[in-house]
Order: sequence, then structure tokens, then C-alpha cells
Amino acid sequence: MTAGLLDQGLTTYVMLLLLGAVMTEPWRWAGVWLARDLDVESEVFRWVKAVSTALVAGLVARMVVFPIGALAEVAPWIRYAAFGAGLAVYVFAGRHILWGVLAGTATLLLATAWLGQ
Amino acid sequence: MAGSDGHAKAPAWTKGAGRRTAFLRGVMSAPTTPGLFILFFAMIGFGALARDAGFGAGEAVFITASLFQLPGQVALVDQFGRGATIAAAAFAVALTAIRLLPMTVVLMPYLRGSGLPRWLEYASVHFVAITAWVESLKRLPAIPVPLRLPFYLGFAGVLCVSTITATFVGYHVAGQVSPLVSAALLFLTPIYFVCSLVATSTSSADYWAVLIGTVLGPILFLYLPGLDLLLTGLIGGTLAYFIGRWRRK
Repeated sequence: MTAGLLDQGLTTYVMLLLLGAVMTEPWRWAGVWLARDLDVESEVFRWVKAVSTALVAGLVARMVVFPIGALAEVAPWIRYAAFGAGLAVYVFAGRHILWGVLAGTATLLLATAWLGQ
Repeated sequence: MAGSDGHAKAPAWTKGAGRRTAFLRGVMSAPTTPGLFILFFAMIGFGALARDAGFGAGEAVFITASLFQLPGQVALVDQFGRGATIAAAAFAVALTAIRLLPMTVVLMPYLRGSGLPRWLEYASVHFVAITAWVESLKRLPAIPVPLRLPFYLGFAGVLCVSTITATFVGYHVAGQVSPLVSAALLFLTPIYFVCSLVATSTSSADYWAVLIGTVLGPILFLYLPGLDLLLTGLIGGTLAYFIGRWRRK
């Protein structure tokens, strides 16, 4: 009985390792390998940086436009307004990331609390 | 040689500092970063999500420690929660991890040249994820080359321990916070990431990449789900690169 449970527990961890770390870590190692002779002033580097920046920006936009979990219950216009407000405060109020994050989150909380869905 | 690459003025502590000092400075700089707290709250959200999907506390912590990239962790838990096949779950996680390749390529030039063993460079990239990446790109250029890797390891080490703690905490507070607070926890990640992307932009190509990626991401997700992130990066990034190159002339 106990051995069975332990066995099941181990199987879960091995499966999580195969589905998680094994799918994730090789991309990082490939990055180390590909970066061997790369110069930060080179054109290739500029291009790779633009690609990774666009990719992360796309991921961010997806989290706001097509959210999961509790954020999906918040009305889309409130999510967009909060996102825009946070970014605007960051850019125009001295470029402090914390202020941008607080402004965006406060907009989300207040708009949802007062205006509902 | 130290600090001679002329990116920015080296912080005062780097004068005559060794690797141990740099490591400790990395550790100490973590709590002064908004990113640490935002990541902490975001990981609380993950812990709660993992519990909702039916995982145990140990499994949730294991996922955080072994993947150390929130989008992949969410994809893994989400796939399990929806009862997806093993192949589908693996594919979803691999797709979220592809972005780590160009991110590592961008970070590596700053981590090399510390005189530390090669295996440590490979081990150190386990921490490559958005928070460690943006914060390192902001800080490392100003730090003398031999001190960068130890500083980064100290900084990223604290991030790693914090995320594991937060996952555990989130797992145990799940269901005790209101849906509105849960929504706010989930909103922290995108708003922090977008501000960070603007903060690490150093050329017009980078700014254009943020703008085009933001517009392209959701559109491609609608029409080509699965490949959307990869294509957003390649199409948006290449477009931004050429706009930047054209504006440099």
C-alpha cells in the first residue's frame, strides 16, 4: 500500500520532469552554445534582441487580451485601461517600474470594484 | 580591463571587489528590485493555480524549481487541469520555452569572461526567465566583466528561493482570497513585464519590437494558436530590426 503510493508519487515527479524541465532546459543550453562568439554590438545580436523582445511583448499582450483564471472574469475594457494606465504612468512619471505596476493594478482593482463587470 | 567596456559608470562597490563581494552584492540588490516582489506575488498566483488544478504542494514547488519560467509552469498545470494528453502538454511547455533561447543568447555575452568554469555558465542559465533577464540586462553592463557572473548568481539565487517560497505560500492561501485579489495577482505579471521591456529597450528597434509584438501577439494567437509566440517573435522582431536599421541611417 505504502509502496504503491510512493511509486505513484515518484511516477508523478518523473513525469513532471519529462514534461517540464526536459522541454525547457535544452532551449537555454542551446542559447549558451549559439552565443559563443556573439558580440553585443553586432547586427545579429541586435536582431536576436528585437526577436526576443517582440516575443515577450506578444506573450504579455496575450496574458491581457486572452487571460486565464480569475483575470478572465474582469471586463476586457478594464484590463486594457489598467494596462494602458500602468504603462503611461511608467513612461511619463519618471520611469519607475513600481509606480507603473501600482498604477495599473490600482486601476484594475478600483474600476472593477466600482464599475463591476 | 575592469569596466573598460564603457556602457555605463561602474557602481562604487566594484572598485577592488572580488567575486565573493560581487556575489553578495547580487544577493543584496535583489530585495531592492520591484521585480522580486512582483514575481513573488505572481508565483503566489501560480501556487493557487496549481492547487486548483489538483497538484500537491510538493509537486507545485517541484514545478517552480525545475522549470523556473512562469509561462511554462502555467502551461503545464493548465494542460493537466484540462486533461490534455501527455504529448500535448509536453508540446505546450516546449513552445513556451523556445523564447528562452533568444533571451539566453542576448544575456550570455554579459555572463562570459568571469574566469569561472564552463559548466557554471550552463548551470547559471537555469535562471534565465523574464525577471532575471530584464533585471540583469539593466544591471550587468555597468558591472566590470569578471564580476558579472558572480553578481548575477547572487541576484538570481535570491529570485529562485523567493519563487519557491511564494509557490508554497500561494498553495496554502489558495481559496482564501477574493476573486478580485486573484485577478490583481494575475495582472501583476503582464504589467510588470511590459514596463520592464520598455526599461531594457536601448534602441529604436527594441521599442518597435515592444509595439509590434504587443499588437501581433493576440492576432496570431487567434489565427495560429500554438505557433503564435514563435511567429510573433520572428515576424515582429525582424520587422522592428529593419525599422531600427533604417532609422539609424
